[in-house]
Amino acid sequence: MNDAVTLPETAEAAGPLTAKDYKSAYKPIWCPGCGDYSVLGAVTRAFALVQVRPENIAVVSGIGCSSRIPAYTSCYGFHGVHGRSLAAATGLKVARPDLTVLVACGDGDGYSIGGNHFLHACRRNVDLTYIVMDNHVYGMTKGQPSPTTEPDWDSKLAPGGTGVRSFHPLVIALASGANFVARAFSGDPNGTAEIIAQAIRHPGFSFVEILSPCVTFRPEQRSWKEQARPSPVGPTGDAAQAARRLMTDDGFNIGVLYTGDRTPYPLGPRGTRRSIAELEAEFTL
Amino acid sequence: MSRAGPKAPRTLAEFMQKALEMEIEASQRYAEFADAMEMHNNREVADLFRRMSGIENRHAEQIMAEMGWKEPPPPTPGGFRWEGFEAPETIAVDEVHYLMQPYHALTLALASEERAERFFAQMAEAATTEPVRKAALELMGEEREHVELIRQWMQKVPKPDRNWADDPDPPRYTD
Repeated sequence: MNDAVTLPETAEAAGPLTAKDYKSAYKPIWCPGCGDYSVLGAVTRAFALVQVRPENIAVVSGIGCSSRIPAYTSCYGFHGVHGRSLAAATGLKVARPDLTVLVACGDGDGYSIGGNHFLHACRRNVDLTYIVMDNHVYGMTKGQPSPTTEPDWDSKLAPGGTGVRSFHPLVIALASGANFVARAFSGDPNGTAEIIAQAIRHPGFSFVEILSPCVTFRPEQRSWKEQARPSPVGPTGDAAQAARRLMTDDGFNIGVLYTGDRTPYPLGPRGTRRSIAELEAEFTL
Repeated sequence: MSRAGPKAPRTLAEFMQKALEMEIEASQRYAEFADAMEMHNNREVADLFRRMSGIENRHAEQIMAEMGWKEPPPPTPGGFRWEGFEAPETIAVDEVHYLMQPYHALTLALASEERAERFFAQMAEAATTEPVRKAALELMGEEREHVELIRQWMQKVPKPDRNWADDPDPPRYTD
């Protein structure tokens, strides 16, 4: 676990945990103004809302600015390989169903390098919460277009824009079988905390796309706070209706959009159990 | 972006709970800004934000003491909600810059105190009970004092020159 506050032995001894209890002693090194600060605040508030102790939570990430988040929490953390956070998290959750597993990454890591894992994580429906901090750019590597970048975004690295249609993560998640689909906005940290808490409580694979501006490479995203607003309609359990809503909105409706009732992937050991020695023997040359 | 009209909470306890929430949120945001500025070696602005965080925290403590609360009370389900995403005194996360100067920080603080003053004026106007109206007017007066103090503070710090954001080694090249 990361450097953390000292927690009493039992929850009863201390009363309810607060957001502060889930923060580590490490200070974020994101650019001042980055939306990820608010996402971190929302994640720790969400943990306090669900009242799961930090030692029973694992935060798994990939590579990128947003993927630094595990170090800033007092929970168990795994800063994994680029695009492979969902693969690592799936293994962890199946082996340790008692843990609450939150997977965090950015749009480059999650939708490009890890795009294939995203599809199959939705399809498998393992009980995970997947948050993607989407700023429509690769920030850590200095501003290359990502899968969610607008086709006409003109930059030094993509003069005139890529001309490539933007990826639509929420529709993809829905079509691939995610059991909970939501959109949040980092400028609404309280609302984002509530959405993440709902996502954690919802069984199966929960996907939360969080619009999180990159003020360094996409300073124009500061206008997102004028564009984002609560969704005029509540969540639906009808995937077709959710898809219609998602395909016709402008990408700034905030809230839980779909709550499904698919049975999650069964967790824990299955089949014949074998010892490590037996497994090792199979690979001995 | 609006979630509710400018309706005021009905009871004094609910009103003061929102005032407390506002001060705590502002204090936390200033502390986050201070941490971020420290990480980017902008010590002067970090110190200023840290000081502002302390001031807002003291206001929160004053409200707790006045109401006889030991802990912030839990939010009232279905209770009053802010008109925007965050409390009026909270500065949006994206308003800071790694090269900002104390004058910029104070400009943000001034705007936040002015929003708080306007909020309490609206609450006094919208209050349907006398205790809420009285408390709103009192808090509006306090915020007005803060506005004045920050204006005076701004006189003591140099105004940034036009090229304050120039960085010889910027993260982003635009030419």
